[in-house]
Amino acid sequence: MSDKVIYVMYDDDHILKDGAKKLVSNGVKIAEVFSPFPIHGIDPIIGIKNTRLGIMAFLYGLTGLTLATVGMRYFMIVDWPMNIGGKPNFSYLDNILAFVPISFEFTVLCAAHGMAITYLLVNKTLPGMPAQNPDPRTTDDKFVMEIRLSDNSNFTVETIESLLSDTGYFELDKKEIK
Amino acid sequence: MQKEAAIREPLILGHKTYHDITEDVCRPIEDKAPKMWYILFGIALIIGLYGVGCILYLLGTGVGVWGLNKTIGWAWDITNFVWWVGIGHAGTLISAVLLLLRQKWRMAINRSAEAMTIFAVFMAGLFPLIHMGRLWVGYWVLPLPNQFGSLWVNFNSPLLWDVFAISTYLSVSLVFWYIGLIPDFATIRDRAKKPLSKKMYSILSFGWSGRAKNWNRFELVSLVLAGLATPLVFSVHSIVSFDFATSVIPGWHTTIFPPYFVAGAVFSGFAMVQTLTLIMRKAMGLEAYIHTKHVEYMNIVIMVTGSIVGTAYITELFISWYSGVEYEAYAFLNRATGPYWWAYWSMMTCNVISPQLMWFRKLRRSLLFTFFISIVVNIGMWFERYVIIVTSIHRDYVPAAWSMHYPSHIDIGVYVGTIGLFFVFFLLFARFFPVLALNEVKTILKGSGQSYKESPDYHNHH
Repeated sequence: MSDKVIYVMYDDDHILKDGAKKLVSNGVKIAEVFSPFPIHGIDPIIGIKNTRLGIMAFLYGLTGLTLATVGMRYFMIVDWPMNIGGKPNFSYLDNILAFVPISFEFTVLCAAHGMAITYLLVNKTLPGMPAQNPDPRTTDDKFVMEIRLSDNSNFTVETIESLLSDTGYFELDKKEIK
Repeated sequence: MQKEAAIREPLILGHKTYHDITEDVCRPIEDKAPKMWYILFGIALIIGLYGVGCILYLLGTGVGVWGLNKTIGWAWDITNFVWWVGIGHAGTLISAVLLLLRQKWRMAINRSAEAMTIFAVFMAGLFPLIHMGRLWVGYWVLPLPNQFGSLWVNFNSPLLWDVFAISTYLSVSLVFWYIGLIPDFATIRDRAKKPLSKKMYSILSFGWSGRAKNWNRFELVSLVLAGLATPLVFSVHSIVSFDFATSVIPGWHTTIFPPYFVAGAVFSGFAMVQTLTLIMRKAMGLEAYIHTKHVEYMNIVIMVTGSIVGTAYITELFISWYSGVEYEAYAFLNRATGPYWWAYWSMMTCNVISPQLMWFRKLRRSLLFTFFISIVVNIGMWFERYVIIVTSIHRDYVPAAWSMHYPSHIDIGVYVGTIGLFFVFFLLFARFFPVLALNEVKTILKGSGQSYKESPDYHNHH
């Protein structure tokens, strides 16, 4: 399917944000924003939902805690109870204080790594992946808004351009995708 | 945008733009390395390789090549281990705790401090590994199913807690550091002209494109990692202190150890950050980003943690008398007046007196004085560990077994070698990695940059 894409480049994050607000209030859908650093407040404007990675981190942490508890109970209580200075080792609860440090560390280990791996996967940022930003300057000091015509069937390229004309953009680039 | 008091000193001096920040940070990576870099790298490499030689000799011969004896079974190597772990505390503290506390000044130093943390923990981890003597069975510290009659590691032992704490700390710090590095690698990738460096930074940047959704996730992941790393920082050195605190040796058996070790770790870590950044800012021309105000903030942290450490020393001394336990009292009397008095008093001078000088505004804003104190503090913190470890065990309950510890040249070689290796890593980092968190510094330009603060509409900005 062929599609027309408009890349509007700004040299300031606030100007881009104001421009995006104007476009969205006129009913234009913005497909993507590329920026060299997070633009605070852009997500609700272009309709990006907050990430749920925090929930994932909690679940990974819970998994870690469970694994640590089950593992230590098996090693120290069930499989090979050791007599260390005559301290009780009949049940996990008798010995729980000694297991606190590793339970904590393992929880953090699983939460942090689980979340980091998920983050890289959902971002599709993995070693060897090609860069997808439309212009190399978007990792330096330029901010680019991507508008796809297929998302905006009520508009023509010209009407979008006229809406953009007074948003103070730096450069405008059109591309045909086949 | 976050508002900041107009009278507060700007964090970014000069009239920088976003592009200037990119230029300033990327230039040292893209230009040819200065001659001084090669000289320093050469020296560090020679020292590091000497250390590797000593380690290989140790592994081939056995732990007997160290200056340990029947009474003193732990000395130089565990001192170095605790010293390096302590130094490794500043990076994650700066990037995690100060992130949660919304201290914007951390952004100038967090990247290099985290790098320092990781390299310091590498060096720290080396010591318990080589102390095993048989490095090739190092994996026995993990609870792996085995053929030795299902023999498990002892989960009641603080030494095993240490294995988990240090490896968690190292790997989580590494992940935290790398996640922040990815967008900055992308910046270098998009600027790179030479095909080789383009390829390298392309692989390192994982194809980062800076999409709005990516940044949304990035910010949350940074925040959650900071939340996880904050208790982790405190737990790691607490657990290191358990190695001593859970024993029954007078001088080690002390409940004050966990907070006191953590404060000491932050104290020495910040000192090392000062040593490194003071040189780095000059050598790489980053004076506009890491300036007197940053140094002053770090000196205040040094002063506060140094005072906590000083209070702990005195509390410890008081409690040893107040407890009425004569062995405990003797351990401390022996520290201060016994054959290791010089180590004790060097520790007291370096760690208790020197940070108090930071109460003077003139001194804590003096870069030369800060550099001097940062080295004094790290010498003092090395002595602290040496005093705690060696003086507590060199005179035990049987006077016939009393002994002294004299380091062998292998002891010294391994220690000096780790300092060399540390600088090898750090110099490589400074040469090839963005030493400033580009994407983070850019976010504070409008809140704390000099030209924005001086502009008339600063107060009207939303």
